[in-house]
Amino acid sequence: MAKQRVKFTFPQELITLPIIYELGKQFSIVTNVRRADVTEDRGWVVLEMDGPMEEIERSLEWVAAKGVRVDPVPGDIVEG
Amino acid sequence: MPFAKALRCRECGREYPLEPLHVCEFCFGPLEVSYDYETMHRNITRETIERGPNSVWRYADFLPCDPEYAVDINAGFTPLIRAKNLGEHLGLKHLYVKNDCANPTWSFKDRVVTVAATRARQFGFQTLACASTGNLANSVSAHAARAGLDAYVFIPSDLERGKIVGSSIYGATLVAVDGNYDDVNRLCSELADTYPWAFVNINMRPYYAEGSKTLAYEVAEQLGWRAPEHVVVPMASGSLYVKIWKGLQEMARLWLIDSVQTKMSGAQARGCSPIVTAAEAGTMNIRPVRPNTIAKSLAIGNPADGYYALQVMQESGGHAVASEDGEIVAGITLLAESEGIFAETAGGVVIAGLTKLAREGKIAPDELTVAYITGGGLKTQEAIEGALAEPLHVEPTIASFEASVQRQGLALSGNR
Repeated sequence: MAKQRVKFTFPQELITLPIIYELGKQFSIVTNVRRADVTEDRGWVVLEMDGPMEEIERSLEWVAAKGVRVDPVPGDIVEG
Repeated sequence: MPFAKALRCRECGREYPLEPLHVCEFCFGPLEVSYDYETMHRNITRETIERGPNSVWRYADFLPCDPEYAVDINAGFTPLIRAKNLGEHLGLKHLYVKNDCANPTWSFKDRVVTVAATRARQFGFQTLACASTGNLANSVSAHAARAGLDAYVFIPSDLERGKIVGSSIYGATLVAVDGNYDDVNRLCSELADTYPWAFVNINMRPYYAEGSKTLAYEVAEQLGWRAPEHVVVPMASGSLYVKIWKGLQEMARLWLIDSVQTKMSGAQARGCSPIVTAAEAGTMNIRPVRPNTIAKSLAIGNPADGYYALQVMQESGGHAVASEDGEIVAGITLLAESEGIFAETAGGVVIAGLTKLAREGKIAPDELTVAYITGGGLKTQEAIEGALAEPLHVEPTIASFEASVQRQGLALSGNR
């Protein structure tokens, strides 16, 4: 089992969709939201994902394919 | 070191001991070093600072590490230049340029890495690591060499050869990662959780970021112990910008300068301007972007400190300004031709932004203004290719030389 902390950023058209709920249904992953901010035109959620590493990776690919941006919690790590 | 007391979550305020941590266990908010300012106030004076070395280590009392472990390649205490020519050009009477190209690896990153490397050595780490496209990689590699630490530097696999040399010369292990930026970010985030390494901008980030405060201390000291009235700072993650504000506030809190009335203006390239875009839209929500600009050293699409930068901008009354790539190149050449300083693209972003703010009247002609130039231009020569005049080609005769000069319409000044 592994844990990963990630930040999801939702574009406007995805804000109202239950993507985190669906993620929990489709994959053997426990999601644990720690911080979030959602407005009319955008939203982000910082959460921890708990489950087998392969399952976490597959679920992140699935979320990204939906159009959600997935980042590590500290933001971009590659610097100039 | 004796004055740093804890790591504190910037979101929920929870405190943690001074360990290699970077996010709050409860809310995953970023951690920041907090200090015992009362004791600092009793112990630090202008005189104690002035007795220190001509490097960032003269401000050791403001940094979260023990100078006994200092990994020191003489970062900091770079020149603050009165920019009369550029000031005249822009209609600014009191313009200064802080020239951080003069650091050992030619960028301000030496300030943050000297602190991160020192703290890493103090923690007992054997390996220093980072993910970078240039400046940070150079500085981590150099400091690791000085400290006798192993260095792992992760770079995107499509990085230009010229940028690799500045790191590999120091003996660092370079790892070229196949994939896009998000892939490299994710890999390094996972590596930091897997290996007992000091990733300077991940698990060392709270300490690393504090090194940027020295850019505020130095400017205040070099101006004769006063804060500038306006500054223009390049923004990538927003960390440098926020820490310059923190540094000025700390100096005022310790009565080393009078109260701070500095307007903090931040500059980005339009091709990667998530902070400026949010400021222009009047929102505190940063929308991540995919960078597309020649200013690679500022190309952070998902800025970790963007929200805090917007807070500082509001609080200080500063402005956000973004420039197109062509304006950035013009900024680089303007600084070089007016003040003799060859900056990298981030410097072009600052000068282009400064030019706009001056023309729009957002910087008053009488304001004491400092433009922060954070890196040297030899590293990003490809950005200005095609923008410079070609050399005159002549036969080795005076006649050929004079004919060529005449063809170009150049003046031959002075008499024998």
